[in-house]
Amino acid sequence: MKLPDFTYAAPTDLRGAISLLAADPAARALAGGQSLIPVLAFRLGAPSMLVDLSNIADLDKIEVNNARLRIGAMARWAAVAESPLVHTHHPLLRAAISHVAHYQVRNRGTIGGSLAHADPAAELAAVALACDATIIAQGPQGQRRIAVADFFCGALTTALTPAELVIALELPCMPTDLRWGFAEFARRRGDFALAGAVVHFSLDAAGAIINPHIAGIGASDRPRRLTAPETVLAGQAPSLAILRAAADVATAETDAADDLHGSAAYRRSLAGTMVLRALADACAITLP
Amino acid sequence: MPTLPIDCTVNGAATHLDVAPRTILADALRQDLGLTGTHVGCAHGSCGACTILLDGAAVRSCLMLAVQAAGHAITTIEGLSNPDALTPLQAAFRKHGALQCGFCTPGMIVTAHALLSANPDADADTIRDMLSGNLCRCTGYISIIEAVLDARAAYQEARA
Ligand SMILES: Cc1cc2nc3c(=O)[nH]c(=O)nc-3n(C[C@H](O)[C@H](O)[C@H](O)COP(=O)(O)OP(=O)(O)OC[C@H]3O[C@@H](n4cnc5c(N)ncnc54)[C@H](O)[C@@H]3O)c2cc1C
Ligand code: FES
Ligand code: FES
Repeated sequence: MKLPDFTYAAPTDLRGAISLLAADPAARALAGGQSLIPVLAFRLGAPSMLVDLSNIADLDKIEVNNARLRIGAMARWAAVAESPLVHTHHPLLRAAISHVAHYQVRNRGTIGGSLAHADPAAELAAVALACDATIIAQGPQGQRRIAVADFFCGALTTALTPAELVIALELPCMPTDLRWGFAEFARRRGDFALAGAVVHFSLDAAGAIINPHIAGIGASDRPRRLTAPETVLAGQAPSLAILRAAADVATAETDAADDLHGSAAYRRSLAGTMVLRALADACAITLP
Repeated sequence: MPTLPIDCTVNGAATHLDVAPRTILADALRQDLGLTGTHVGCAHGSCGACTILLDGAAVRSCLMLAVQAAGHAITTIEGLSNPDALTPLQAAFRKHGALQCGFCTPGMIVTAHALLSANPDADADTIRDMLSGNLCRCTGYISIIEAVLDARAAYQEARA
């Protein structure tokens, strides 16, 4: 459908954008438009004004400071995936982005838009959760740092207050010896995943798993950390049996619901399989 | 809503447009500029028929407002052809029968052009991945992949 009517502004500074949003509760931010424009085309939203963030300088910077990778909200998927800093300091994020949407969408969509949109199947949300990321937001009251665990409140719902913008995502740089894995299943390449998993952990001198982190994609109503399989893995040497045990508890911990794409039982089972595949990937274990 | 004036470059020509904020770029190209080679299959980002180049990068012109083109260079399928001869991608699509109804073809060719310009050595897997955002209801895709593989030679030569 044609989009509903709205006015348009493209401020060149962040304060200008925030005051436009604060002055009109029905105004919405426009980043890459790859989620918002479809929402408008389906007439699922009717904002009075779109405040385009594209002309704000420096909102797309990618930098590393004090062993933390900071990615500006307006950094587009393609730029993040191609960034040498991301290549060096966050291979897991880079791998995850190759599963986000399609070529053309990755040339426009931004990381800030993805976080703010909060789709339960967004790969970035799961990476952020698994990596203890921090979201930096700015609103009329100033700047604040939000731990990712407090950011996603439900499907398409975040802790952002009205007129507050995501300005950056901060991830701890990955130590080079961190083991990591990624797996997802989608019906067609580029579609949102029916389920997926992000995992990472370290191995101690004796070869046992320490500090395992696991997050699920798509199977629940929101991006979720899966703590039950983490508990199963901690202190164990990687083996097919222990990976299977972790995947089984991941299935049990996933609170999927029936939907158009499959039953809750199918989604839970798929979520467990994705945890198994991501772990096998991280351990370089070939699944039979 | 009142229209907004914008200046951009379309297929190399400086272009002025007056567009309503809600007008998507695909509609402005087709209706205001008569560039009907850009097709609108779904108008919500699913099919890829509306793919254009924005400063050289392949994007969906139904997921951009026309006002957002201000200050940028747009290339449409018309800008990727010439009146004298078939381009390498056009010739390869013809040779392999990579189209039936032709509705998806402009989006396929614009996307393939962006891909081969950046990566003239792309293998079949990469081509499939990069074209995954372009739907075709007719061909079954195999002939399209073969055509793009065939067109690589011209892009490899252009690079050399
Ligand atoms: C065909 C298709 C397939 C896709 N598949 C996937 C997929 O597999 N995985 C995936 O993760 N995504 C997928 N996407 C979505 C895509 O990744 C979007 O780019 C992303 O979700 C939103 O980013 P955006 O910059 O386009 O945001 P927009 O569409 O511009 O905005 C989205 C929402 O966030 C708000 N917003 C934007 N920026 C900010 C900010 N800085 N601060 C506060 N609020 C903000 C907007 O007001 C709006 O409500 C797909 C999209 C399409 C069209
Ligand atoms: S018309 Fe733009 S993606 Fe279908
Ligand atoms: S040739 Fe008909 S849609 Fe592709």
